Amino acid sequence: MKLDTQLLADVTAFLNIEADMLDNKEYLQWLDLWLESGLYIVPVEHNATDYANTLNVAYDDDEMRKLRIERLTSGDAISTQLGEKTVRTMSRFRILDDIDGFVRVRCAYSLYENNKNGLRIYPANLQFKLVRDGGSFKIAEKIVKVMKSSEHLTTVNYLF
Amino acid sequence: MNTEIKVKNLNSTADLVLEDRVHKSLYSNPEIFDEELDKIFNNTWVWVAHESEVPEAGSYKTASIGRQPVIVVRDRKKNIHVMLNRCRHRGATVCEGKSGKTKAFTCPYHGWGYGLDGSLRALPKPEEYENILDKAEFGLVKVRTESYNGMIFATLKDDLESLDEHLGGAKKWIDLFMKQGGGYPLQTLGDHRFRFPGNWKIQLENTTDAYHFPIVHKSFIASVDEEAAEVFDFLDGEGYVEDLGNGHSVMVMIPELVDLEENLDEPIPERFEDLAKSLADEGHSDEEVRRLVRAVGGSGFNLNLFPNIACSMAFFRNLVPISANETEIHHIAIGGKGAPQAFNQKRIRLHEHFQGPMGFGTPDDGEAWERVQAGSMAGTDGWIMVNRGMSKLSTSADGNVKGAVCSETGMRAAYQKYKQMMSVESGK
Repeated sequence: MKLDTQLLADVTAFLNIEADMLDNKEYLQWLDLWLESGLYIVPVEHNATDYANTLNVAYDDDEMRKLRIERLTSGDAISTQLGEKTVRTMSRFRILDDIDGFVRVRCAYSLYENNKNGLRIYPANLQFKLVRDGGSFKIAEKIVKVMKSSEHLTTVNYLF
Repeated sequence: MNTEIKVKNLNSTADLVLEDRVHKSLYSNPEIFDEELDKIFNNTWVWVAHESEVPEAGSYKTASIGRQPVIVVRDRKKNIHVMLNRCRHRGATVCEGKSGKTKAFTCPYHGWGYGLDGSLRALPKPEEYENILDKAEFGLVKVRTESYNGMIFATLKDDLESLDEHLGGAKKWIDLFMKQGGGYPLQTLGDHRFRFPGNWKIQLENTTDAYHFPIVHKSFIASVDEEAAEVFDFLDGEGYVEDLGNGHSVMVMIPELVDLEENLDEPIPERFEDLAKSLADEGHSDEEVRRLVRAVGGSGFNLNLFPNIACSMAFFRNLVPISANETEIHHIAIGGKGAPQAFNQKRIRLHEHFQGPMGFGTPDDGEAWERVQAGSMAGTDGWIMVNRGMSKLSTSADGNVKGAVCSETGMRAAYQKYKQMMSVESGK
């Protein structure tokens, strides 16, 4: 199997920026990473495929992403007022395919959260569909398969 | 008003519940929690499933009665059974996972096999049990089960009143709630599950607490259009809370949406115009479009059924006590079986918008509940007040105690039932 190490490096660099923006709550810049038709999905069941007709933890189109960012930043939501600190790490990047301008990539992801209840860890498998945009990418789809999402999570006040 | 009632003069948990207040130790004392499992969850009808969660022969769902794991299953004859999830040999669970479909339950430890009705069918190397084990006596332990309008309840208490008597005045409201399939039978559409570090009664109270809505859910209200925000601005409206007896209560927030089969000629709300158009484009009649659109946002009330289930506007809220200071909540989405895809899809999106771990509503509820649990630890003595609206009670058309929509009438109803059950001596 021949590896396209340049594509892997480009994708990894882009996804590191995406995660860094979320950790640093640069939400407006984060919104700019998206295609307007893009979908941000946190499924409940990891074997689901028809996300539109299945209950998800989150299923955000452009409008819902903007509303969510407004909620996270307005100060109106009592759960966001303490502004939990998060640290995201990613590894095990793998390009799944590169077809018709869309690059699908999968990686391992851990989100560490510190709040008044202590330190919480959410491991997940992340899957992106990226489209080339000049020298960078836009996100066409981000699917976050958080471990235990079908069993029980806690409430969260950020984006996975 | 005397706010200095000293708990040291009280003798039992039941004494910690007064008409207008409950003692804060009810949220955190592990001995009280164990007593609740014994006297409440082991002694009443506990909701375990909606019938649509076990639609076919072999469909099962795992659930719990208090902390006891049970299996809800539909057998080959389509009868529903609730059974303790415990092999009769050495005690292993015979069923894992949330739900699924199976032909039988097989213990993973030594291979004892049970039928869908719980009967012990076969076990490996039976010769060592010759003359000492009658398979007919070693089926999975069945739990008494009764249903009302699709809601399946189970009880460990064989001589308990019927489910029909237990639900009493709540049945009328269950019937109304089930109309939100929009002309189709109600069907569950998956669930959100999350845990919060707090006592189960904090959630029980919350389902009948309209008072918090404009405060806690300010960011949710900001995320909907003006017309919807007006619908949710119900504290000054004509809503009310009724004590339905047996710990049950209903909180009507939006009286216009009590009966979803009425007022079908009302204008289509702007936020549902796209749905109405896509339903019409699919060829649905104007009457059907109106029925579906009226039902899509759910009912205008929360029905709180003591102790563990609520029919809450547009979903089922099932609470599972984990420990004195931890509770698991299931927000179960519902729609119509066989209803147009656009209708069920809209209901799913509305559910995701407010409910669950990343909803625009639930995390703020969770924050308030966590603060209650943490704050209730302050001081060596202290009370939680549930007296709001006590001086302005009236009698409803059904003869029930009735208070304003933001009164704490529903909480008092639940706590008086709690007090009655906790007053019974253990083992009775």
